[in-house]
Amino acid sequence: MDYFDIFVSILGSTIRLSIPLIFTALAGLFSERAGIFDIGLEGKMLAAAFAAACLAYVSGNAWIGLLGGIGVSILFSLIHGFASITNRGNQIVSGVALNFIAAGLTIVLGQAWFNQGGRTPGLTGDARFAPIILPGVDVMREVPVIGPLYANVISGNNILTYLAFAAVPLSWWILYRTRFGLRLRAVGENPAAVDTAGISVAFLRYRALLVTGVLGGFAGAYLAIAQSAAFINNMSAGKGYIALAALIFAKWKPVPVMFACLLFGFLDAVANFMQGKSLPMIGEVPVQIFQALPYVLTCVLLAGFIGIARPPKAGGVPYVKER
Amino acid sequence: MSTASVPLPSWISYGVLPLLNLLLAFFISGLVVWSIGENPFQALKLLIEGALGRGEAIGFTLFYTTSFIFTGLSVAVAFHAGLFNIGSEGQAYVGGLGAALVALALDHYVPWYVTMPFAVIGAAVFGAGWAFIPAWLQAKRGSHVVITTIMFNFIAAALMVYLLVNVFIVPGKMAPETRTFLPGGQLPKLDWLMALFGMKLGPAPFNVSFIIALVMCYLVWLLIWRSKLGYEMRTLGISPSAAVYAGIPYSRTVIIAMLISGGLAGMMALNPVMGASARLQVEFVAGAGFVGIAVSLMGRSHPLGIIFSALLFGMLYQGGADLSFEMPNITREMIVVIQGLVILFAGALEYMFRPALVRIYQQFAGQKLAGK
Repeated sequence: MDYFDIFVSILGSTIRLSIPLIFTALAGLFSERAGIFDIGLEGKMLAAAFAAACLAYVSGNAWIGLLGGIGVSILFSLIHGFASITNRGNQIVSGVALNFIAAGLTIVLGQAWFNQGGRTPGLTGDARFAPIILPGVDVMREVPVIGPLYANVISGNNILTYLAFAAVPLSWWILYRTRFGLRLRAVGENPAAVDTAGISVAFLRYRALLVTGVLGGFAGAYLAIAQSAAFINNMSAGKGYIALAALIFAKWKPVPVMFACLLFGFLDAVANFMQGKSLPMIGEVPVQIFQALPYVLTCVLLAGFIGIARPPKAGGVPYVKER
Repeated sequence: MSTASVPLPSWISYGVLPLLNLLLAFFISGLVVWSIGENPFQALKLLIEGALGRGEAIGFTLFYTTSFIFTGLSVAVAFHAGLFNIGSEGQAYVGGLGAALVALALDHYVPWYVTMPFAVIGAAVFGAGWAFIPAWLQAKRGSHVVITTIMFNFIAAALMVYLLVNVFIVPGKMAPETRTFLPGGQLPKLDWLMALFGMKLGPAPFNVSFIIALVMCYLVWLLIWRSKLGYEMRTLGISPSAAVYAGIPYSRTVIIAMLISGGLAGMMALNPVMGASARLQVEFVAGAGFVGIAVSLMGRSHPLGIIFSALLFGMLYQGGADLSFEMPNITREMIVVIQGLVILFAGALEYMFRPALVRIYQQFAGQKLAGK
């Protein structure tokens, strides 16, 4: 295999590995820009993946699976909202709790319902989102350089992949060009000002969490019924935290979020590719370096050594009117 | 008037309120068990029998309890200083490296009671070292300690797998683990303690680190409520701006609190590494660091409360393992659900019942006043 083919194949898997990160990081973006920290992204993704796999299996329809994933993810979001908005609880504690509940419940229910060690039955046909072959792939394949890129990176993905890339400009537009977005950003910086303007802080934050729920549902559905063909124990495997890291790495901005997710997806793809291979001059590079790199990079960024990551000012602080 | 600012007597806020939250968490756990077609009361009976039924079961329960006391104290110390240390898991993992290095270095030459103090120090220093960078970043650069400690959990996992697979592995073996420690590097079991109560420990790995854990509870109590440093930490936890105004050095207090927290988490490794398996293994922490969050929240960050809630979670872990044998429909992960529910209700939703309790309390208190 020559270097260009390797490059194209790594690029293809970069896209596939980045999609759940993009959805999840955008989910976190809406919540955190509204002033609600969300450590529970991992749990939302996992619970949504399980619900999507179950419903897609029962109904045989991937779209119903997706809806189920979104529904469960919204439910988790609302519990988070009930704890952190209505009851003014600690947002981090609530997120940690929801992660545990998702991690345990998916296995307990999966084992009780399907008896396959926590897996759900394999999905076939319409129960999954199949790859879409874009028109003209066969003709394009012959073209040098662009051809393989078009055939293997741009074409051949499923509908959720394209939706993820559409969600990025859409999120930007919502956050920066609509009244809802302006208010959402304001409530994350200075909720008292929003309250003074006569807008309900709680209602606004709940709506932000609804958006978070929807996007988290897409992320879970992608894992279980697009990328794989079943739910597997703990299949999110820390992706929620990587997405959180990407969100911080992108300084809570939608378009940089996409690039941060692509970067972390690329690291993951390289790690998979490098497994057991050795580089000329350097020798075998331990896979663990690539696994740790997103976290190390995020810490370095948080330390303020490469630009400053400034979180929304009101993040993590419950809003109390009488102050 | 808002009910949030009405003072309640401490038997309500430290007794009734946590108990209600705990009951609700168990009630919902019961609903989950019922929804998958098993009898929750039968499950509870099996769980308690599995945790306390025989000497061996109690030994396992106390073995888990030991780990959870260490991680619970770790989370609690940071919590008193207003820091949320989610990194106990990673700090315990790296602490295991410290304990194992001491055991590997000394077990040929000296008996266990000479190794033990060095192992305690080794585990604590390595755990504290792993907490140092997040602590420093929080104190000096303002990076949120929650985020950095999460990141450091993952970095610790990658680092330890690398070390075990490439450095410590016994040549010719497949399993990524160190060699087995000789008796000089092991902590002996507490079978004599069980024998005092007329019980047999059997193969349960209940060991000397339990006593170390109890000593640490006392030391943490001294630190938090009987020392200047503890006072400074609590002040910082309640109001950072007041603390700084009172001349309490912010950076120093944050870093020291996190180092103590990391050190306590690191000591947790003594229990599984030197007390049970006598070798360093991949993922030996097995979530105990996260259980520490639940233990600390439920124990209201007080050492005495932590002992009781660690015991409760020890029972859940041991009893849950037994339960999944008896009722194969309920997998071990049911414990994780219960743990999540306890964190949710005792932590994030801790004040959910408060307004209602305030109203009931005011009604009764009002009647009493009117009767006089």
